[in-house]
Amino acid sequence: MNKTVANAEEAIRDITDNMTLMLGGFGLCGIPENCITALVKKGVKGLTCIANNAGVDDFGIGLLLQQHQVKKMIASYVGENAEFERQLLSGELEVELIPQGTLATRCMAAGYGMPAIFTPAGVGTEIAIGKESRKFIVDGAEKEFLMEYAFDADFAIVKAWKGDTQGNLVFRETARNFNPLMAMAGKITIAEVEELVQPGELNPDHIHTPGIYVHRIFQGVDYEKRIEQRTVRKKN
Amino acid sequence: MLDKIGIAKRIAKEIRNGYYVNLGIGIPTLVANYIPKGMSVVLQSENGLLGMGPFPFEGEENPDLINAGKQTITTVPGSAFFDSAMSFGMIRSRKVDLTILGAMEVSDNGDIANWKIPGKMVKGMGGAMDLVASAKNIIVAMQHVNKAGESKLLTKCELPLTGVACVKKIVTELAVLDITPEGFRLLERAPGISVEQIKNATQGRLIIEGEIPEMVID
Repeated sequence: MNKTVANAEEAIRDITDNMTLMLGGFGLCGIPENCITALVKKGVKGLTCIANNAGVDDFGIGLLLQQHQVKKMIASYVGENAEFERQLLSGELEVELIPQGTLATRCMAAGYGMPAIFTPAGVGTEIAIGKESRKFIVDGAEKEFLMEYAFDADFAIVKAWKGDTQGNLVFRETARNFNPLMAMAGKITIAEVEELVQPGELNPDHIHTPGIYVHRIFQGVDYEKRIEQRTVRKKN
Repeated sequence: MLDKIGIAKRIAKEIRNGYYVNLGIGIPTLVANYIPKGMSVVLQSENGLLGMGPFPFEGEENPDLINAGKQTITTVPGSAFFDSAMSFGMIRSRKVDLTILGAMEVSDNGDIANWKIPGKMVKGMGGAMDLVASAKNIIVAMQHVNKAGESKLLTKCELPLTGVACVKKIVTELAVLDITPEGFRLLERAPGISVEQIKNATQGRLIIEGEIPEMVID
C-alpha cells in the first residue's frame, strides 16, 4: 500500500479555506516545515490550527500568521510571537487556550475512537466554565474531573524522522511530542519525513505510528530545524 | 534574604533518593544544579523525556532534543522519550513524585495562580494546569512580596487560578512554609530574616508555633 506523494504541494492539494488542521511539534521542535511552507504558498485562509504553540514570528505557524491565514488558534502556549499578539489584540485572531495535557489527550482520544475524556486539569479555574464535570473516586478520595471532547480535524500534518512508503513512522527524541497523537487523529493524515525508506527497512518493533493512520507520506527537503532557545555549557 | 540560587538550593533539599521530579521554568530549573550528589533522581520534561541531563557543550546542540522551556538539553544514561499524552499520563496517574514550579500568587488553602494577568497578553497555561491538578507533591518557588511590597501569599488569590487546593509547600526569599488546613505554617526563616518581617509580608493566615529556625543552606 504505497502512500507516497511527490512533495508537500501534492500532499496538501485538497486543503481548502476554513478547514481545521492539526500541526505536530512542540515549540519549533518536530514541526512539519515543508507543509507549512506549502500552505503559505497555496494561500489558504480562515484556517483553524490545533498545535501546542504558534511558532515564532518568522518560522513555524508564525509564517501562516504573517499571511493572515489563521482564523483561530487552539494551543496551550502562544508566547514568543509578536505578530500573534498584534492579531489577537486587534481581534483578527481568535484563540482558545487549552492545558497541554488536555490538548494531547484530546488528540489521543480522537485517534482511539473515544468521543471524550475526563481530566482534572482546570477544575476550579476559568477554563472549567460551561464544561460538564463529574466526580470519581480516585485513590479512595472523591475528585472532580472535566469532560473534554476529542478533537475533530480535517487534516493532521505531522513530521517524523523516518517513515516508509506504507506510512509507518519513527520519531526522534523530543521531536516526537504531539506528532504520533495527531497522526492518529486526523481524518486525513499527512506525514513529512527526513528519510523515506522502503517497506521492510524499518524494524516493526520500532514503529511509533503504524501506517494505517497515515494517508500520505513524502520525503521532506531543506529542513532548517531552528533552535528556539540555544542553551549550552562550556567545556572546561 | 535568599536570592534565586538560594531558593533553588533550599528546594533541592526536599528531593529524596528515587524521586521522579518535574521542574518548571525559571527558579525551578535551577534546582537541578543542586540535587545532592549520589542521589538517584530522574528529571521529567513534559514535552516527552525522562532522564533530562544538563545543557549540551557548545557545538553539540541538537534541535530534536529540548526541554519544556524549549532550551537545548542532553539526556542521561537510562533516559526515555515518549509522546505528550503519555507524558501527562504519568503526571496524571501520579507516577511523578514531585513537581516544582513558580507562582505569582498562592492562597492559604493551596490555590495557585501563575498563568494569566488580566489586561496583559495571555501566553497560555502550557502544562501548568495539568501538573497542579494531578501532582502528589507540589513545591512552589516564588517571591513573597511583589515589587510594590504587597504580599503574594494571600487568603484568596486575586489573579485567575491555575489550580485549587494543590500546593503543599512554598519556598520564598523570606521563608519556607507548609500549606495546612489552618493556613500557611511557617517552618523556617531565611538567613537574617525575622519572624516579624515574614508576618508583615504574609497577608494570608499564618501559623507560627514555637521557635522558628533559620534555614541551613550550603
